[in-house]
Order: sequence, then C-alpha cells, then structure tokens
Amino acid sequence: MTDPVLRLEDIVKTFPGVRALDGVSFAVMPGEVHALMGENGAGKSTLMKVLGGIHQPTEGAIFVGNEQVVMAGPLEAKAKGIVFIHQELSLAEELSVAENIYLGELPRKRFGMVDWATLRERTNAILAKLNVGFDAATRVGDLSIANQQMVEIARALTVDAKAVIFDEPTASLTDAEKVVLFDVIADLKASGVGIIYISHRMEEIFKITDRISILRDGQYQGTVNTAETTEEAVTQMMIGRKLDLTRNASHHDLGDVALEVRGLSCGKLYEDVSFEIRRGEVVGFYGLVGAGRTEIAETLFGLRTPSAGTIRLAGQEVRIGSPTEAIARGISLVPEDRKGQGLVLGMNCRDNMTLPQVDDLTAGPFMAEGAEVAIFDQYRDRLDIRTPGWKQKVGNLSGGNQQKIVIGKWLSMHPEVLIVDEPTRGIDVGSKSEIHKLLRGLAAQGYAVMVISSEMPEVLHVSDRIVAMYSGRIMRTFTSDEVTEDSLIQAISGLGTSSEVA
Amino acid sequence: MATLDRRQIGSILAKQGILIAFALFMIVFTIANPKFISIDNVFSVVRSSAILGVMALGVTFVVISGNLDLSVGSMMSFSTIVVLDLHDKIGPLLAIPAMFAMTLCLGAFIGFLVGYLRLNSLIVTLGMLSAIHGLTLTYSGGQNMDIADKEGTWFSVFGQGSALGIPVPILIFVGLAALLGIALARTPFGRKVYAVGGNGTAATFSGIKRARTVFTCYLISAGCVATAGMMQASRSLGSQNTVGQGLELEVLAAVILGGASLLGGSGTIFKTVIGVLILGFIQNGLLLVGLQFYVQFVVTWVIIILAVWLDIAAKRGKLFSHIA
Repeated sequence: MTDPVLRLEDIVKTFPGVRALDGVSFAVMPGEVHALMGENGAGKSTLMKVLGGIHQPTEGAIFVGNEQVVMAGPLEAKAKGIVFIHQELSLAEELSVAENIYLGELPRKRFGMVDWATLRERTNAILAKLNVGFDAATRVGDLSIANQQMVEIARALTVDAKAVIFDEPTASLTDAEKVVLFDVIADLKASGVGIIYISHRMEEIFKITDRISILRDGQYQGTVNTAETTEEAVTQMMIGRKLDLTRNASHHDLGDVALEVRGLSCGKLYEDVSFEIRRGEVVGFYGLVGAGRTEIAETLFGLRTPSAGTIRLAGQEVRIGSPTEAIARGISLVPEDRKGQGLVLGMNCRDNMTLPQVDDLTAGPFMAEGAEVAIFDQYRDRLDIRTPGWKQKVGNLSGGNQQKIVIGKWLSMHPEVLIVDEPTRGIDVGSKSEIHKLLRGLAAQGYAVMVISSEMPEVLHVSDRIVAMYSGRIMRTFTSDEVTEDSLIQAISGLGTSSEVA
Repeated sequence: MATLDRRQIGSILAKQGILIAFALFMIVFTIANPKFISIDNVFSVVRSSAILGVMALGVTFVVISGNLDLSVGSMMSFSTIVVLDLHDKIGPLLAIPAMFAMTLCLGAFIGFLVGYLRLNSLIVTLGMLSAIHGLTLTYSGGQNMDIADKEGTWFSVFGQGSALGIPVPILIFVGLAALLGIALARTPFGRKVYAVGGNGTAATFSGIKRARTVFTCYLISAGCVATAGMMQASRSLGSQNTVGQGLELEVLAAVILGGASLLGGSGTIFKTVIGVLILGFIQNGLLLVGLQFYVQFVVTWVIIILAVWLDIAAKRGKLFSHIA
C-alpha cells in the first residue's frame, strides 16, 4: 500500500475565544484529487493557512510523506513540496512569464547577472508540459486570467511538488478555460502528485475528484469516496444540524411593489435578471462570489450602466445615472466593502453618518452641526452604536460598530429601497445577530430591503424570499416556506443546468 | 491640577506637535537674538511670508482633496506678468479682473484634467509648471515687465500699503485665511473635500461628486495664486518673468509642515498658516543669527523632513518601521 503524500492528524487551531479547527484529520494519496468542502467559515481557509505555514497549529501534526514536519512559513511549505494555487493571483503583471515563475530564484551567471538563456529554456520546458499557448517571454499582464492561473501552476511545477492545493480555481474561468484546467489537473494526478481541491461547486467536485473531506464549524465531518456518494449526502454533511438555520418566520402584510426589475443585463456580469421587492419585504440574494449579485446592486445605485432591461421604482420607470441620482430617488446602498466603500476611516462618526446629506443639512452657507449631532445621536441610540462620542474617528471602532455607522448613514436618508451587500462580513457573532434583527425590524417598518449575502444561515434567517444566482443568472426564487438548504445549494452551484452550460 | 500620564502626554505631543515645535523654535531663537521676537521683526516676517502664505491656502484645499499642485509657482509668475502688462494697457481696474479670469482658466484646465479625466495630479501639475512657464515667456516675449508710472498708480496698495498700521499684504493673508478656513471647516463643500481626500470611493458611494469637488479645489488654488500674483506685482511694480520659480516647493513645504497628509483627507487652514509662519521664521531666524542666506535651503528641508518623520513616528508609535 502506498503512503499518503500529505497527512493531517488531529489538527486543532484556537484563536482567542474561537476554536477555528477542532480535530481535523485526513490524508491525500499520491495521484488523488481530494476535495475539501465546507460552508463559509467552516475552517477551510484556516486549515490552508496552517498547511501553508502562515498559522501554527495549536495541537496535532502534519506529515509530508512519512516525515512529521513543522511549517515555519510559506517558503518552508514550498520547500517541502506543498504548493498553493491561490484564488487571488499573486503575479507581477509587468514581468515576463519566465520571471514570474522563477521570481526570487532566477538562474544566475557570473557577477550576479541573470542567465536569460537558461531561464527561457527551463520555463519553456515547463510550459510545454502544461500545453499552453504562450511562451516564456510573454508579459503576464497580457495574459487572460485563466492563463495567469497557468503561470501560477507552472510556478508550482518548478519545485518537486508533492501536493498542490487549488483554492476555488474556477471562480473566474470560462467553461472552455475550465476544461483546460481540468486537463492540467488530470496530468498532475497522473504524475503522482496529490491534489487538494477547494470549491463550492458541486458539479466540478463530482466531475474531477476522487474523495471528498468535509468540514463544518471547524470540525472534521469525514471523508467519502466521490463515486459512492451523492450531492445531497455531501450537502447534509456540510450543513449538519448544528448551524442556526432558523428561517425567517415573521410574516406581516406586504405593501406595494417598491422596486421592480425586468430583464436587466449588464454585459456578461449578469443577464436577463427580473425580480421585485415589496414594501415590508426582505429579499435575500444568495450565490457564490462572482454570481453577479453585487453588480446588480451597483447598477441599481447608479454605479454601472445596464446594457438592457428596465428598473421601476414605485411603478415609475427610471434611469439611474449616478449615486447622486439613486440617492435622490430613495435608493440606499450599504456596500460590500465597509472600509473601502462605506466609510472615510479618518473622519469622525458624525461626519461619516451625515455624508450623503451634507448639502441639505445647512444653516445658511454653513453645516448645521447641531442637526448633524442630533442625527448621529438618534441613530446611535436606535442602532445601539457603541462609541465614546461622535468625535471618535470611525477607524477606531470595531467592525460591528463601523457597519452600524454605515447602516445608520443610509437609514437617516429614509430610503424607499435599502440595499445591503454582505451586511455582516467580518463582524463578530453578537453584532451579527443584532444586525439581522435590525434588518427584520426595518422590514416590519415597511422598508423594502435587498440583502446580498454569501452566508446561508444569514439569508435563511432574514429573507422573506430568496433569489438564488449562479454565474450572472437567477436560477430560482424561493419563498421562505419552500426553501431547503439542499435546493438552495444546488441552485447556486449551477446544478440542473450543467447540460446547458457545458 | 490634574496630572497627565505618559500616554496622554504622548497624545498631546502627537496632536499639537507642530505647535510645540514652533514654540520651542521661537524660544531658542529669541534667546540667541532677542530682536527675533520684536514687533518690527514679526511684522516683517509675516509680511514677507504673505505671498507664499496666500498660495499655501489654496494648495491646502488641493492637498486635502488628495492631490498635488506643483504648478502654483509658474502660475504666479504668469499672474504677475499679466497684471503688470495689462496695467499700462487697460488700467489697473480692468487689469486685475482680466488677470484673475486668465489665471482661473488655467486652474479650471488643471481641475478638468485631474478631476474629470482622473489624470495623476503630480504629472499634470508638473507638466503645467513647465507649460505655464512657456506661456509666460511667450506672453512677455521673454522680457521683464515694468509699470511705466511707478509713482502715480494706486495699484501699489496691495503690496506696499497699510491700513490701521497693518501692512495690506498681512491683511489680505489673514482675511483670506479666515475666509477659506471657515469654508473648509464649516461648509458642505469643505466636508466634501475631506471626504474625497480621505476615501474617494466612499465619497462616491455617498453621492458626492468627486470630480466636481477636485475641480473646485484647483479653482480655489488658482484664485489664491492670482491674488498672490497681484500682491507680488503690486509690491515691486515690475517683475522678472520667473518671479514665482521654485515657490511651489516652498508652498508644499509649508502645507506639509502644517501637518496636512500628502495622502489627503487631513490638514486645516490654521495648521497651514502655522506652517507658513514656521517657514518664514526659520528663514528669518537663520539670517538673524548670522548664517548665510543659502544655508536656509538646507536647514529648511532638514527641518521639514524631521517634522514629517516625527509626525509619522507619533502616529505609528515608534521611530522606525520595519517590514513584516
């Protein structure tokens, strides 16, 4: 019997107050494609950071071959033959393919000069194995995302890789590009490399992997043979019963249609999207990153121009050319990236909160600072924002309180439609449930709320209806009564449409 | 009296560091030469700093909005030459507004490139520094400009006059500082300038028109430059066509000394005024203690770099940063 290339034994990783990984054990055999699955927050990323030497495990052991190893850092992991192909590519766009592949280890001649001939020769030899359509001298910035990923893979092949870890490799690939990637994975597999394949996409998992290991809440749920299991069974293991999957049970009467979208498209970002949101209703948009949900929100907020389709607010067809227009028409957006898009971190709490209405809060030519403080006080009390005072810089607050500032900023505009993109990203559990309660409360007060989230418990918990999206299209719309975890996961993984897509 | 712990002292130093440094500097130089703090000397320093100061007020807006303006020096030469030339052709009453209009056009052009086309402000204003210099030389035919009747014109009031015993340049500087200080601190526009400089994306996501805000900052900067050009022309009633050369760096130095971040989003008019005064007093102090004129170039920049270093050190809590 052959030995595994990589084996994890009872890995535990604790952070203050959190047991992020709790007894994870599995082994990757040579020539095996091993899927690692789990919901967001299940511990996949932490596990990969342990494997890559970025975190040290609190307990447990890592074996490469038969040898127990301590990964002191990313370079050591690489030296031991553990190679990562990251979701976010880390290439120097201005440099050539060859330079990127051998960055930091360029072959040298005398006087420390780069040995270009050897570099080119070695690179082309690797590229030939990958069967790609570009050569060593190509500038990386000129390559497609898929080909850039090939460069990352080529980089992995320069070391004697024992295990290669792919983290959501198909997130930004077209179907044709996926085929090429899967061929490369098959070649790696044939040469005896062990592969860990992290993905949310069931369809791919069942197409290319041999076994599946599942994590849930940091705990190892088991490993199954792909050929002997079903999507439902895997989904069941991922979700389990422990997560709070309480569905939104509050029912109140819905009002008129506040927002109606028909046949909206924006190039290839999303296509032919139709939905409506009534007053008093929370509609959750669930899907994988890149499914087009944020882009729809940005279109409604005037940040993108749609290529087709109509938007109606309270029955009236509108064109929204800029955020200023969106705000004037009563649309508010709590954006996905709190620090990058939501807040001016160096500004104080009050000024951040009143930013969208600076032109209206005036006394003569001056800011009406008293009115501003009053608005801040009102929403500080209503949202229970914890800060020493309005003069505090927003950058000094916790993530949860920062998010409440952003929400308060938009509530104070009294919007007709409130869009909230990833309302609880990077926020502690306590603040999360407060924000969920708040969103339900807003619906009860008659707001039309659109919630975009990548966390299933969250969408289930806050939504009256759930729109499931997959690669730019709405797959299905569920009411909170009919939705099941399985059907939701299947809808956002593109299952049932695989024949169409492939 | 309440006692301060070390942390509070550190925080005060970080916040008011520039004022404390200014006070220490004044004390040291006063001990070295008591004349330094005399009314006459103070007036003379403020007066000679006024032109630079007026330009720094405008550049403060540009810097807080997250951009640079390196064109103000050559733009000031342009304003000075134009107003002197037109003075004899159409009279001072028309020459002044005509010169303001032309200078504002230059500011609007820069504002368009940086604000609406989103071009890098360093490159645009560096290019404009050179282009406006060429424009000035073309306009003047390479000649220096002089007013024919230097004794008989009321135009000299902006540079040489005084009211209530206070020189007019000081009055202009202080008045404009008060006006722009209030505009920046108290109006919706001022708030937008801070928001755009602090986080332009978040400002856009809040419905603030980023391009228009940046554009207006460059207009304000050009307006200040035109005022400075008028003061300069009025003071000497004749000028070389390179009179503003190099001032862009002194202006920037004053703004930085005041503590505005070149990354945008922070700084105040009051701090810039302090920065201008520090710069003025450094140069004056060095002369009074008997150092040669050109020493000031070295000392000024040593002090600026020290100030920037200490400012950053106070923010990150240590003098040296290390990677990873």
